[in-house]
Amino acid sequence: MYDFEFERPDSLADAVAALRAEGAQAISGGQTLIPTLKNRLANPSKLVSLTNIGELSGVSDDGSGVLRVGGATTHAQVASSAGRFPALAHLAANIGDPAVRNRGTIGGSLANNDPSACYPAAALATGATIITNAREIAADDFFAGMFETALNDGEVITAVKFPVPERANYQKFEQPASRFALVGVFVAKYPSGVRVAVTGASEGGVHRWSKAESALSANFDASAVEGLSVPEERLISDIHGSPKYRAHLVTVMTRRAVAAA
Amino acid sequence: MPKDSGIGASSKRREDVRFLTGTGRYTDDINIHGQAYAHFLRSEVAHGVLKSVDTSKAAAMPGVIGVFTSADFEGVGGLPCGWQVTDRHGEPMKEPAHPILASGKVRHVGDPIAGVVAETLEQARDAAEAISVEIEELPAVIDMGGALEGGPLVHDEIGTNLCYDWGFIEDNREAVDEAIRNAPHVTTLELVNNRLSPNAMEPRVALGDYNQATDETTLYTTSQNPHVIRLLMGAFVLSLPEHKLRVVAPDVGGGFGSKIYHYAEEAFCTFASRKLRRAVKWTSSRTEAFVSDAHGRDHVTTIDLALDKDGTFLAIRTATKANVGAYLSTFSTSVPTYLHGTLMAGNYTTPKIYVNVKAVFTNTVPVDAYRGAGRPEATFQLERVIDKAAQELGIDPVEIRRRNFVKPDQFPYETPVALQYDTGNYHATLDKLADIADLSGFDDRRKASEAQGKLRGLGVNCYIEACGIAPSSLVGQLGARAGLYESATVRVNATGSITVMTGSHAHGQGHETTFPQVVADMIGIDESQVHIQHGDTSSTPMGMGTYGSRSIAVGGAAMVRATEKIIAKAKKIAAHLMEASADDIELSGGNFTVAGTDKSVGWGDVCLQAYVPHNYPIEEIEPGLEETAFYDPANFTFPAGAYACEVEVDRETGAVDVCSFAAADDFGNVINPMIVDGQVHGGIAQGVGQALREHAVYDGNGQLVSGSYMDYAMPRADDLPSFVVDHSCQTPCTHNPLGVKGCGEAGAIGSPPAVVNAVVDALRRDGIDISHIDMPLSPYRVWSAING
Repeated sequence: MYDFEFERPDSLADAVAALRAEGAQAISGGQTLIPTLKNRLANPSKLVSLTNIGELSGVSDDGSGVLRVGGATTHAQVASSAGRFPALAHLAANIGDPAVRNRGTIGGSLANNDPSACYPAAALATGATIITNAREIAADDFFAGMFETALNDGEVITAVKFPVPERANYQKFEQPASRFALVGVFVAKYPSGVRVAVTGASEGGVHRWSKAESALSANFDASAVEGLSVPEERLISDIHGSPKYRAHLVTVMTRRAVAAA
Repeated sequence: MPKDSGIGASSKRREDVRFLTGTGRYTDDINIHGQAYAHFLRSEVAHGVLKSVDTSKAAAMPGVIGVFTSADFEGVGGLPCGWQVTDRHGEPMKEPAHPILASGKVRHVGDPIAGVVAETLEQARDAAEAISVEIEELPAVIDMGGALEGGPLVHDEIGTNLCYDWGFIEDNREAVDEAIRNAPHVTTLELVNNRLSPNAMEPRVALGDYNQATDETTLYTTSQNPHVIRLLMGAFVLSLPEHKLRVVAPDVGGGFGSKIYHYAEEAFCTFASRKLRRAVKWTSSRTEAFVSDAHGRDHVTTIDLALDKDGTFLAIRTATKANVGAYLSTFSTSVPTYLHGTLMAGNYTTPKIYVNVKAVFTNTVPVDAYRGAGRPEATFQLERVIDKAAQELGIDPVEIRRRNFVKPDQFPYETPVALQYDTGNYHATLDKLADIADLSGFDDRRKASEAQGKLRGLGVNCYIEACGIAPSSLVGQLGARAGLYESATVRVNATGSITVMTGSHAHGQGHETTFPQVVADMIGIDESQVHIQHGDTSSTPMGMGTYGSRSIAVGGAAMVRATEKIIAKAKKIAAHLMEASADDIELSGGNFTVAGTDKSVGWGDVCLQAYVPHNYPIEEIEPGLEETAFYDPANFTFPAGAYACEVEVDRETGAVDVCSFAAADDFGNVINPMIVDGQVHGGIAQGVGQALREHAVYDGNGQLVSGSYMDYAMPRADDLPSFVVDHSCQTPCTHNPLGVKGCGEAGAIGSPPAVVNAVVDALRRDGIDISHIDMPLSPYRVWSAING
């Protein structure tokens, strides 16, 4: 990696201040950033660690039906502490391997917006609110395409608020090598209707599947998805699957998620 | 009754104490005072003319000690190929130059263009980025068919991309063609043996250390065979005499063949150390490993099996295109020929066989031996075409194999592809497999799977391999440029402990445990009294190293011969001490006795007399107790067995779950059953990995698409069931003193067809008319096969 300065502040305010430096970059669990640096594919002047800021970590439930997860909360913490929202705990428990889960954080995952990551599907399917040091962003406005988000330079995700669904499930069909989602589908049922978010499949990153949402809002049963097809345009094509295969898997994973919810 | 020590005991792996506690000493753990670091600028394009390489800016960067290009290696030899294959027409193979740094052209992504040596690794990397390279990119040739049909030339000077067109046995060609023309039934199968990256846990490392005071050079390297590296690099590349060149391979963290070869980075670090008078270390990153470690497999084959109506095999004809990559790696030419063609008889009495192999240059990383090396490629095509023939003829796939086996009373058996199987019992291993895999219970298990909505399939196959490589006179006739004997020196210390110095080397096999079991057993002392020393040319006799499942069969045999000499001499000393005739001395349990008397003397007392010869037959024999033996095998050894795999296929997604895997192997006599279990486990894991997951994929421009673990799918523990393995069927090898065969590669050879047979079986039972799917059987490929 190239040389860089390193800061590990213990308050959000100090982190935000440190990130104002030219070329500064936030680092949380580093599970994507560190390999990128080792391959010299990024050249930040300064890394500002978010892992020593107590207020960014932890899972809390205020009893109002909303689960709040601090931005620097690790996947392992979510897996063990989000019992109020079992589908989210299950998703977190199946990201990567134990080493990844003990380092990687929810804020890091959402800010990176890898098109095959798991967390973006949970945030979008639940209509979560992404809270930063500057504002609150609705999930529907947050994800802006592969590795792109609504975050400004130096903006830090401090927490994510998940409205806990009545029923929910996440089905991940793993890419054989990376074990990221070749296709992952998060289904969440609320009194107001059903939301379905798909990750892994599209060049545009995580997205909602509105046809399935309408069908499932009318009838929350796996059979409601039968016959629905997913357009192949903009779906990812690589050695692990064609757009046709991914489109098919979206329907299979959606049915399975509904059945398991 | 299991033994608790010596031959046949599951002694615990003593080397694991240091491996598991982080106290092993690998090449990268060695650091020499004043050491500098090398980094290579590698080609990012697959094919192009090197117009210019400007290193002036890099040379002036902070910490840079030296920058090297091919111009610095003028007069230095290229990397040699160790096996010359003669083609169908009696002509030698095409053998283009293999420079240490790319010269004139770059020929694959990863081809090293320049090497920078600096005070720190990051300084070397910084400087490499400052090298200005001008490449006129040429179209890449990746596909072997295109390479042979007018594609761009990888090596312009040889005028072709065909390395050789090999026929085996050429004189049988017409007879085989005729047998196939006239046969009642011919089954034909086209298949691919997928290209693999070797992925040893420890990446390659080279550390050159020139000692100006003594003019001696030491190369520390991650090698399976340090003596071979010293011979190749010293004699053919750098012209360094062996007494001034030492090669040390300390603990080695896996090799699977990829650490046999002499690589450019080894020669570079040695050369640069001498030029710069500094120790120079290069440590491969995982990214570099994907584009610089020799890959494995990559065969495209059409096989025809001719049969009688009753399923009797009449003839086999197979035509293979084998990718050798951009340059000839050390043993690349032998793998598709003598390690592949000679195995095409399998376990069967097929009377007529002809093998054709065209080896092809492409703009890809060189391809060489990978666990099994030619034998998996032979086994896969044979055992797949047999399954297809069984389907076509309506014969049970297990029965058709049994019907064609070489029978126990037919050994020694001469195959039509130049091998003589000394011993075996294929019926016994198949019977054992039926038992341990509970083949008769399959239908019930299939129904249970169907009730869960899963398709279940059963794949059974057999394998044979030729290992314990190899009789030197035979391989010499076949083009090998080396003898393939092994050596051992047994040094008995004054108080009776023993150091064995062997030319074999371990990279995970457990030699430090198994070899002492043999020596201790022969003498009757405790295993802990025997220590194995290996991996250093300065302290071990010239030996050929570890690959081709050869260490116990060849290296172990050398050790036995040396120990026999020790015992013979010790008996003479004992006879002197007990005033008896040496012919009457017996050795048992570490004690020498005079037959028919109660006289005895202990092992330690005899050893002490050898070094403190106060009461010693000094007129008859020299003091000391140290003997060396070189063992050259009379034949290969022929492990064989039968494997069964059961899978469940998810029809909706194409996902394959390996539910069970059973292996019944005949390895002859077994030194350490636990270690043999582990060898088979590892081999099966790699074979299942090849069958379901692993694939080194190039795109049309020659970029390695699967160049990291994000896209190269390694098998992991949770992808695999608990294996059921058995090696109780034992027909001891007839020609080595231990009666042992080899076990290191068997699992990787025998398992891929079992997996593919099982998946095809699962789909066919569901009414899907399919006869083959090419490996790896990823969910995408299986789903595509199901859905046309």
